[in-house]
Amino acid sequence: MTTKVSTPEMKSLHFQPRTPATTTGDKVVGAVSHTALTIWTLIVILPLLWTVMSSFKTSSEIFASPFALPAEWKLDNYTKAWSEAGIGSAFLNSVLVVAVALVIVMVLGAMCAYVLARYTFPGSRAIYYLMLAGLTFPIFLAMVPLFFVLKNMGLLNTLPGLILVYVGFALPFTVFFLFSFFKSLPHEITEAAALDGAGEWRTFFQVMLPMAKPGLASVAIFNFLGLWNQFLIPVSINAAGPRVLSQELAAFAGQMGYAVDFGALFAAVTVTVVPVLIVYIIFQRQLQGSVSQGTSK
Amino acid sequence: MKTQQSRSDDGLTAVVPATAPQQVVKRRRKPLTWDKVSFFAVFLGLPLAIYLLFVIWPFVQAFGYSLTDWSGFSPTQNFIGLENYAKIFTDDIFMKAMGNNILLVIFLPIITIILSLVLASLVTVGGSSKGQIKGLRNSSFYRVVSFFPYTIPAIAIGIMWGQIYDPSGGLLNGILTGLGFDQFKDFAWLGDKNTAMIATMFVIVWGFVGFYMVLFVAGIKGIPAELFEAARIDGAGRFRTAVSITIPLIRDNIQTAYIYMGILALDAFVYMAALNSGGGPDNSTLVMAQQLFFTAFSKGQFGLASAMGVVLAVATLIFSGLVFLVNRLTGGDKDVSL
Repeated sequence: MTTKVSTPEMKSLHFQPRTPATTTGDKVVGAVSHTALTIWTLIVILPLLWTVMSSFKTSSEIFASPFALPAEWKLDNYTKAWSEAGIGSAFLNSVLVVAVALVIVMVLGAMCAYVLARYTFPGSRAIYYLMLAGLTFPIFLAMVPLFFVLKNMGLLNTLPGLILVYVGFALPFTVFFLFSFFKSLPHEITEAAALDGAGEWRTFFQVMLPMAKPGLASVAIFNFLGLWNQFLIPVSINAAGPRVLSQELAAFAGQMGYAVDFGALFAAVTVTVVPVLIVYIIFQRQLQGSVSQGTSK
Repeated sequence: MKTQQSRSDDGLTAVVPATAPQQVVKRRRKPLTWDKVSFFAVFLGLPLAIYLLFVIWPFVQAFGYSLTDWSGFSPTQNFIGLENYAKIFTDDIFMKAMGNNILLVIFLPIITIILSLVLASLVTVGGSSKGQIKGLRNSSFYRVVSFFPYTIPAIAIGIMWGQIYDPSGGLLNGILTGLGFDQFKDFAWLGDKNTAMIATMFVIVWGFVGFYMVLFVAGIKGIPAELFEAARIDGAGRFRTAVSITIPLIRDNIQTAYIYMGILALDAFVYMAALNSGGGPDNSTLVMAQQLFFTAFSKGQFGLASAMGVVLAVATLIFSGLVFLVNRLTGGDKDVSL
C-alpha cells in the first residue's frame, strides 16, 4: 500500500516549486486556525490564572471586582487553608495513599499481566475477560456493598482500606495496558533466561520488568492522575476517616455556604492544582508519548 | 508502519500458541517446582484475590441487594423481587435524573469529540497547503496547554467553575459586563434552570477536550504522511481530507473516546456534586448517581440504591453495545483494517 501511494507523489513533486510560497488561502486558514487555538488556550488558562490571583485576595476584594489585583500579595489565605481548613494534612494523606497504592498496583498489575500474556493455562482467557469487564462496570454500582466489605474487615474509614480499594479498581486498566506490552516482548529472551538457569521469579524481575519500563512509565502516569483525582471512593468508604485532598476540598467548599472565606477556598484549589500542573509541565513530553503508545495498539 | 506492526502482531499470536509455549509448558509441567508454584500463587493469585474481593464481589452483591428491602443497618433483609425496580421506574425524580443522564450521554461525547478533533487536526495537519504535511507553528504549545485541565482533580474543577459562574463576584459575569452585556450583571448561570445544564456541560467539556486532543493527535500522527500527500495531489481540500482520510483512519480512537465520554456522562457525579450539590434548580442537573448516593448514604435505603446502581450498569452496557453496533454497521471494520 505504502509503495503504491508514494509513486505518483514522487512524479508530481517535479511540478511543484521546492520552496512553497504561502498562498492567500493559506494565510487566511492559518490566521483563523491560530485564532481558534488561541481562544481555546485563553479559555483554558484564564480560569486558572484567575483562581491563583483570587487566592491572594480577601473575600471583600473578591466581591468588589473579579479583575482587580489584590491590594497586597499576602499568603494569609494559604496558611488558613493549609492549617485551619486541613488542606495540609489532606494533601499529605493523598500523597501517602496515592504513592503506596501506585507502587502496589504497578507491581501486582505487571505480575498479573505478565502471567496472562505469557502463559496459557485453563481459564487464562476467562480471567483476562473478567479483568476487562471491570473496566466497563460503573464504579457506583459497587460502592454500597464495598462499604460493607470494608466494614466487615475493619478497614472502613482507614487509609489501608482506601489503598486496597484503589489498587483493586486500578488493576483492570493496568493489566489491560501491560498485557499487550508483555505479549509483544520476544519469546526468545525468556527461553534464553530459562536456559541460563533463571527461575520464573528471576526471569520476571531481572529480565522482563526492565524491558517493560516504557510501558510501566505510561501506565504509572495515568494511574497517578486517576488515583489523585479519585473522589467517589473516598467519599463513600472513607467519610469518617482521615481525609484525602479531594474529600477535604469538597467538605471545605460545602461548609462554606454561610461562613464564606472565598480567599481560602481559592488558595485550597490552587494548592491542589499547581503542584500537579508543575509536574505535568516538566514531564509533558513523556506523557504525550505515553498517550500515543497507549493508542497505537 | 501500521500494517507492519499488525502483521508482526499477528505473526506472534499465530506462532506463539501453536508451537513455542506449548512445548515449554509441557516440558515444565511435569516437575511442579516450588519456584513455579510460588510464582503462580503470587503473580496470579494475589492480584486476583484483591480484584475479586474489592471489585467483582461488590458488583455481584449489588445485584443481590437490589432484590431486597435492606436498609443497610437493619439486621433483616427481605427478598422483595423486582419491587425496587418498579419503585425506581415510577419515581419522577429518578426518571428526571435519568433523562438528564441521557441528555449528557448524547451531547457530551459529541461536543467533546468534535472540538478535540478540530483542535487536533489544526495542530497536526493545519499548516501550509504546500510542501510537507505539518501542523501550525507553535502547535506543541497549544497541545501542552490544552491538556492542563486533565491534570486537575474533578472536584477542584467543579469548585473553580462554581466560582467563575458566581453571579456577583465571578469571572464570567465580570467579562460579560466588561464587554457591555449588562443584562448578565447578576445572572446566576447555575441557578437558572435554563442554563444550569449547559453551563455544567461546558465545564466537563473544558476538562476533557485536551485529553482527547492529545489522543487524536497521536492517532493522526500514526497515519502515514503519504496518504495525506496523495489526497492533496488528488486535489482534496482540507475539509475533504479531514472527512475522508483522518476520521476513517482514527475511527478506533474516536470509538474509544465516545465510549469513555459516554460512561463518564452516565456517572458525572463529581461535577454535579461540586457545581450544584442539591441537583440544581428544579432538579435540572440531577443525575442518577447523585440520587443513588443520596438514597444509600443519606436515606439509608441500600436495597433501593443498589437497584439504581444496577439500572446504571445496564444503561452503561447498552450504551457501549450501541456504540460498537453503530460503528460496525457504518463499516468500521472495513476502514480500520488498513
